[in-house]
Order: sequence, then structure tokens, then C-alpha cells
Amino acid sequence: MLFQIVPAVHITALLNINMEATLEQAKQLGLQEQEFEAIKQVLGRTPNFNETAMYSVMWSEHCSYKNSIKYLKKLPKEGKRVMVAAGEENAGLIDIGDGLAVVFKIESHNHPSAIEPFQGAATGVGGIHRDIFTMGARPIAALNSLRFGNLNNKKTQHLLKGVVKGIGHYGNCFGVPTVAGEVYFEDCYQTNPLVNAMSVGIVKVGQTFSATSHGIGNPVFIVGAATGKDGIGGASFASADITEDSAEQLPAVQVGDPFEEKKLLEACMELVGTGIVVGMQDMGAAGISCSTSEMSAKEGFGMDIDLSKVPTRQANMKAWEMLLSESQERMLIVVNKGREEEMKAIFDKWDIHCELIGQVTEGPNLKYYIDGELAADLPGESLVLGGGAPQYDREYTEPKYFEQVNAFDQNTIAEPTDLKTVAENIVAQPNIASKRWVYEQYDSMVGTANASTNNPSDAGLVRLHGTDKALAVTVDCNSRYVFLNPYVGGLIAVSEAARNIVCSGGQPLAITNCLNFGNPYNPEVYYQFVHALKGMSDACIQFDTPVTGGNVSFYNQSEDGPVYPTPTIGMVGLLDHMDNAMTLNFKNEGDVIYMLGESRNDINGSEYLFKLNNVTHSPAPHFDLQEEATLQNKVAELIKAKAIRSAHDITEGGLFISLLESAMPNNLGFAIDYKDGIRKDAYLFGEAQSRVVVSVAADQTAAFEALLAGHPVEKLGTVTAGAIMIGGDNWGTVDSWKNTYDTAIEKVLAS
Amino acid sequence: MKFGIVVFPGSNCDRDMQNALQDDLQQEVKMLWHKDNDLSDFTTDDCIVLPGGFSYGDYLRCGALARFSPMMEQVIEFANKGGKVLGVCNGFQILCEAGLLPGVLLQNDHQKFTCKNTYIVNAGSNNIVSDVVGNGALKIPVAHGEGRYHADAETLKKLEENNQIIFKYCDENGEISDAVNPNGTTLNIAGICNEGRNVFGMMPHPERACSPQLNNLDGQAILRAFAQN
Repeated sequence: MLFQIVPAVHITALLNINMEATLEQAKQLGLQEQEFEAIKQVLGRTPNFNETAMYSVMWSEHCSYKNSIKYLKKLPKEGKRVMVAAGEENAGLIDIGDGLAVVFKIESHNHPSAIEPFQGAATGVGGIHRDIFTMGARPIAALNSLRFGNLNNKKTQHLLKGVVKGIGHYGNCFGVPTVAGEVYFEDCYQTNPLVNAMSVGIVKVGQTFSATSHGIGNPVFIVGAATGKDGIGGASFASADITEDSAEQLPAVQVGDPFEEKKLLEACMELVGTGIVVGMQDMGAAGISCSTSEMSAKEGFGMDIDLSKVPTRQANMKAWEMLLSESQERMLIVVNKGREEEMKAIFDKWDIHCELIGQVTEGPNLKYYIDGELAADLPGESLVLGGGAPQYDREYTEPKYFEQVNAFDQNTIAEPTDLKTVAENIVAQPNIASKRWVYEQYDSMVGTANASTNNPSDAGLVRLHGTDKALAVTVDCNSRYVFLNPYVGGLIAVSEAARNIVCSGGQPLAITNCLNFGNPYNPEVYYQFVHALKGMSDACIQFDTPVTGGNVSFYNQSEDGPVYPTPTIGMVGLLDHMDNAMTLNFKNEGDVIYMLGESRNDINGSEYLFKLNNVTHSPAPHFDLQEEATLQNKVAELIKAKAIRSAHDITEGGLFISLLESAMPNNLGFAIDYKDGIRKDAYLFGEAQSRVVVSVAADQTAAFEALLAGHPVEKLGTVTAGAIMIGGDNWGTVDSWKNTYDTAIEKVLAS
Repeated sequence: MKFGIVVFPGSNCDRDMQNALQDDLQQEVKMLWHKDNDLSDFTTDDCIVLPGGFSYGDYLRCGALARFSPMMEQVIEFANKGGKVLGVCNGFQILCEAGLLPGVLLQNDHQKFTCKNTYIVNAGSNNIVSDVVGNGALKIPVAHGEGRYHADAETLKKLEENNQIIFKYCDENGEISDAVNPNGTTLNIAGICNEGRNVFGMMPHPERACSPQLNNLDGQAILRAFAQN
């Protein structure tokens, strides 16, 4: 008989008291003394080693959000399109009409990538896609946000090459296009790079899977890859600072198999709409422990799980190893009783393990057996976030370095005389130059949905097959701004994401965030965290883009100190019709170039100031939330009225870089004048926010100007056949600038 | 006339090919599961497509396992009877592994996966593709880690003498040079056909260049060539 129900083993079987864990062991597993005491309170006895190991991962920062949950709860989560709010499922669900919903989430894989960049990044991609298809949605787009140290450093080059190859290896085989992303190089990420991966999926409304379980006696299946010893304690590993010893923690890094995940995806997609599934949860951090406890805690049932039935990669795995293993490409599925054969047939078709390992019980306890012995017995609710997991309120103090930030006066920086040389230097900065060395290693076109390949825009545009709609997707965070002013930096991160979507013709819908910070027990780091979240919140409310979920990654620091506070924003927007899409490239010689917004005497926080003048501490650039909102409304209005031919916002590198990026795709140039009363370096390279470069057909300028209705605008000049003319000076032609821009990173890597 | 698209477990361009043929070219399409072994309702007027992807994960050698699948045995028989077969990317690799096309696809010379628009130009004659695609450069994207075509000197000589080299990488003006070779492929070869002129393999993805929404229709002529009887 195929489906032997787990022997309702030995309800009376007693835990082996000789296995009682000691405080010493608990501490080694990463638990604090007070937490070990709390576990004793919950259980009314001393936990055994297996149970202690489970609490150690489930109560780790990574799974429990114990040091961040207080502030995460304050993020705006409401919205008329929100169908599943943050925290309720693996990812948020947003209504996009026509019976469709979009599911999306971003997650970090920083620490694994620091130790083993290829596998660390690869499994980061695999993990985030699983979060999407465990809800029944098919992933249609991937994005990523990467931070490394100085590109000239050989270690950085090793990490960059490994991470990019890993992302490509997994994503290309899995078959989801990488449509947008960002890469930054700053010294603070030298030891602790950031690898944030985002997945966006589509599902029919009403056909989603939930991470739940109910129905006493319903069978519990483990499907997908066999369980090995990889990734044991990965969640705890992610919850500590990176040190020289971290390389010895290699077993905490998981190994990915994208082919297995591709099969798992297709099998799960075949389950959609069949009614076979009661609940489904992917296994990421904390593996079987996490999936069984989260699914059980949701509706207050229990489970009996026979670990002996779990397919393993090696013989004689111990109970705690199986409970904690973070082997990839696995799912836990609770099935309606009587549907087991249909379930098995689907997974047989795809040649994937599908093993019955237990059943739903009245609960509330989860009981795990191995070889007929009870290995662990504990209430699922006590393990999980929102249940028994601890929540802490950390103290914070204003960082000392703010004094240095506030003391900076830009008048101490002399205006350079040779601005062309400065511009050439900026174009070749790794933060500015083309990232083609990176993104060409990703399949960006599989799925025949990426509309940005031949029509570049500020956000990636992904068409939805079978509809006229498209999604606009982007990831954004200038972490230097967040470092200089956490509140304003948080505002800007969300605003820039929304601006990119609006400039692409989309309407911003919602965000997911990946909150990468240093050690939360450092009050200055916690100050950054609290204030950056406040900025994010205020901007999300302004743009009506609720937070649908995400992930917190603390302990991003090394002996050199914490990384810049990096709350990466992943935003999704909607175009009701592809015809509303707007592109960033200049179209015709003779078109008139305008800038919406105002030029400002402001070089604060800029790449120019930081990288060329070595000023590490200055205020964040000019930003005003109302000004930003007005700008975005105006851009949307102009696109709708078909009054502009291109739109591209001004970000790192300032106006000059924005113009160049608009000029290069069609090998056009531009001729512009300086503005009286504005420093030339601030005019060209300043990063004051809320500005967008647009181009307008020469015979449409009157109509365009009439539509502005008093909105601040500056007429900059015209699109040329290829010449770049600044204030009457000939700066050469676009092809030589393009060559510098395209090859700067490749040259460093080849040297 | 109809198309059959073979679906291996790791195929990931199967639906793209289906969309291009059905939605953009209004062709009849049947999806063929790799474990099945029935091609009885396909005649030599029809065309079997092996799509891109990672058929069986490609951890060994691209396409090395796929050739042994039950459906591939049928496809080999179909090709030997004169049926039209098109392999794109991983499909090209499988056709070489299966011996339906000469040569082999090796790892790109720069050791990296590469995905970008490339231009290709017709380099053959007297075959269903060359006869219809014209002589202008076509913008067709590539996405592969192992796309460097390699064959021994004798095979290459035969390919050239028989006009079996269908496409070569070129620039947007149709000029063939090392500078636009995306992977170090021999003679800039992007696609070939067999001696019988019924089996075709190419690394670039014509199905990614068939839709108005993607602003590139250069792939339509290539796929349409196979729809003609």
C-alpha cells in the first residue's frame, strides 16, 4: 500500500531525558539565557537537544524578527488593492484587475554570499522564487540589488564574479527573466556584501495556496529534493556578525539545484485549481521546523511527523539535523485526504520525491518521531513570529558621525575648471558606468515578456501574456543617502522607486522591502533602522504604496563596522495598457530637452562629492516629499497626454549622466546651456531629488508648456545628431562617451 | 501543417515558442511531453521544434541526456524520414548530441553566460530558411553559456561546400567580423542545417523576436519558413 499513515506512534513515548539540553548547548546554538528560560516556561520542563535546536533557529533574528517586529508593525500595510497583507502569507498579494493578482517579495542572502558567493547568491534566487510559487503564483520576473566593496579590490572581484555567476546559474536554468536591478560599490560592503533577490509572480484570484493546515487526519507530504546536511543552522548563521571564523561555517551555506526547482515549480503549478491542496509552505530558513510550525500555528492544529520517512541524501541523519536542514527545493504540502494518488501522480510525472511523512492532528503540539521514538514535542505556536517567539525593544541613540555630516559646507569645495574631465571621471565610476558585464550574464528575455530590452525605461516593463497590461518593476536604494540622513534616505528610496515606475508610464502599486542593517544591539545602528523605516513609511503613505512584506537582515557588519543602512525597496507598478509605456531614450535630432523640477546649488551626498572629492560626510541631497509627489503627478499627466517622447529621472551622477543615458541608446547627442546662479558642478553632477529629464518634439513645445500649468521646468537645450555640447563647449560625440560608459567595469575586471 | 514542441522537464522556452507560433504567427501547435513516444499524427509536412532551456538540468553536457528520451527517439526517426526539425539554443545542442546535426556546441570562449541582442545574416542557400529570410541583418537575441560551435576541419569544409551554414553573427549592417562574435564560435556560425536540409539548429532565439509588444519582429520570417510546405 502506497500511503501508509504514519504509525500513530507511541503517544505515550517519552522523550529521552538523557537528551535534556544544557544552558551551555543553548548558548552554543545562539540562544540567550533568558530565551532558554522562556523555553522552559513554555514547555513546563527542560527542552531536549532537538527542541532546543528548533527554538534556536525559529527564535533567531532571521526567523523571528525579534529585534525589528515592533517597527515593522508600524509600516503602512493597508490599501484598496491589497488582497493578502504583509505577514499573513509568504508574500503579499495585490489585485491588478481582470481576475489577476501579483505576488512579489524581496529577500537577502548576504551572509551565505559573503562566504560562498556562487551558491550563496544562487540559493538566494531559488529561495525567493519558492516564496512566490508556494502561493500558487508563477514567477514572471526577477530583480536583484547587489552591494560590494571597492571594485579594484581582488576580493571584491571574486565576490562579484561569484555572485553574478550564481544568480545567472540559478535564474537562467529556472527560466525566469532578470529584468531590473542595481549594483553599487562602497568600501563599507568590503567584507559583508549585500545580495538581495526579488521575485514577481502572477496568479489568478482565488487560486492561491495558503501556508496553513487543517483537517485532522489530512496527510502531510514532503516534496522536492532529498534532505541533506547542508545549511544546518543557516538562519542562526545569518543572525551573527561576519568574522574571520565565518568561513569555517561553510556547512551553513546551502547548495542549490535549479533544475530540481524548475520541476518543482511545474509540479506545483499543476496542483493549482485541483482542490488537492489544503496548504503549502516552502522550506527555506529552518527547513522542516519552520514549515511545520508555521503551517500548524496558522489555524492552531498540530502535526505528527515521522522523520524516518523523509528522503535523505545520506544515511543516519539525526533528528535535529533533519529538523534544521536548509536543503533547497523542498515543500511541505498538506493534502485533502483521499487525494493522495492524484498528488503522487503529478510529482511522479516530474520525477520528484513526494513522500507522506505525517498527518494533521488536533494539536496544539507538533510531535516529531524518528525510528519510532519521539524526538521532539512542542507547541508550534510557541516557535513562530506572532506567536511565542520573543520580541525586543532596542534602545537607540543619534549616531556620533552626524556631527561630521552637519559640519560640512559645500562652499569649501572649489568649482573645478575642467568640467569635461570631471564628467569623464564620473562616467567611469563603477557606480555610474554600465552594468552590462553583470546583466548580460542573466537571461533577461526568457518568457518573451521583457518589453524593456528593445525599449529602455526607468523601470523594467513586463508584459502580461494574454492581456494588454504590463507590470513596471524596480529595486532602489541609495544607501549613502540613508547613511547621511536615515529619515530622508528612507523617503528617497521609496520616492525614487515610485518615480521610476511613473517615468515608465506605470502607476505605483505596492512595495516589498529588504532591510539590510548592522548589529541591532548597536544603538547607533538601531537609530538608523528606526528612522529609515519612518522615512519609508511616510513616503509609502504619500504614494499609496503599502508594504506587502519583505525581510530584515541585521548583523551586516564586520570588524570594519556596519554597512551603510540599506533598506532596499522593491516596487511593483501597473500599466493598464502597454500603449501607455514611456521610454527613457531620446528619439529624434532636434527634439527639445526640458527638465521638470528645479536646478539647485546642491552637491551634497553626490557621487561627485564622495568619489571625486573624497567627502564621505555631507548632508543628504535636497528632497521634499510634496515637491516629489507633485512632480510624479505631472510626469504621469504628461505621459497620458502623449506630450513627451522620453522621460528619465536624475539620480546618481546628476543631470549630465541622466542626459547621457537618454542619448546613448539611439546614438544621439545633446546641446545644453548652464544656468545662471547655479554652480556648474552642482548643475551637471548635483543629485538634488525630484527632477526628471524629458524630451519633446520641436513642434509640440507650446502644447507641452501649456500642460505644465506653472509646474517648475527648465528648458535645457536640444537633442543633436551625436555631438555633446555643454555651455557652448564641444565635449566630443556620444560614441566615445558610450565606449567609456560601457567598458569601465570590464576594464577594471580585466586588469 | 502543424508544429510540435517537445517539452523536456527543464525546457523553459517551450511556452515562448508556443506563444510565438500560436499568437504571433497563428500556427497550430501541439505540445509533446518528453516521456511520450507517439508522433503518429505528424507527417513530413509538419515541423518538430526542440525549444531552449536546460532539458535535464544540463549538469553533464548540454543536451547529452535529452537525446535518450523516448520522444527524442521518435524525433530522430521523424527526421530520418525527412520531417522538418528546428532546434533552438538547447534544442540545437540536443540535435548535435543526437547526431542529427554535425559538430558540437562548446562553452563560450569568455566562460560566461551571455544574453543580449545579436545580429545574424543569412549565409546559406537552397533551403527553406535561406530562401525566405533575405540578406539583411536580423536582430535576434542569444542567451547561452555553451554556444560556441565547433567541428573538425573536414566537417566545416563540407558545411561550407554544401551551403549548410544558415546563419552567421554580424553587425547591424550585415558585416561579419570577430568583433561581433558573441562566444568565439567558429566562422561566426550561429546556425546550420543537415545535408538533407530538413534539420536546422540555431543558437539565437527567433521566438523572442516575434511580438509587436517587444518591439522586434525579426524572428517571424525564420519561424514562418518552417510553416511553409
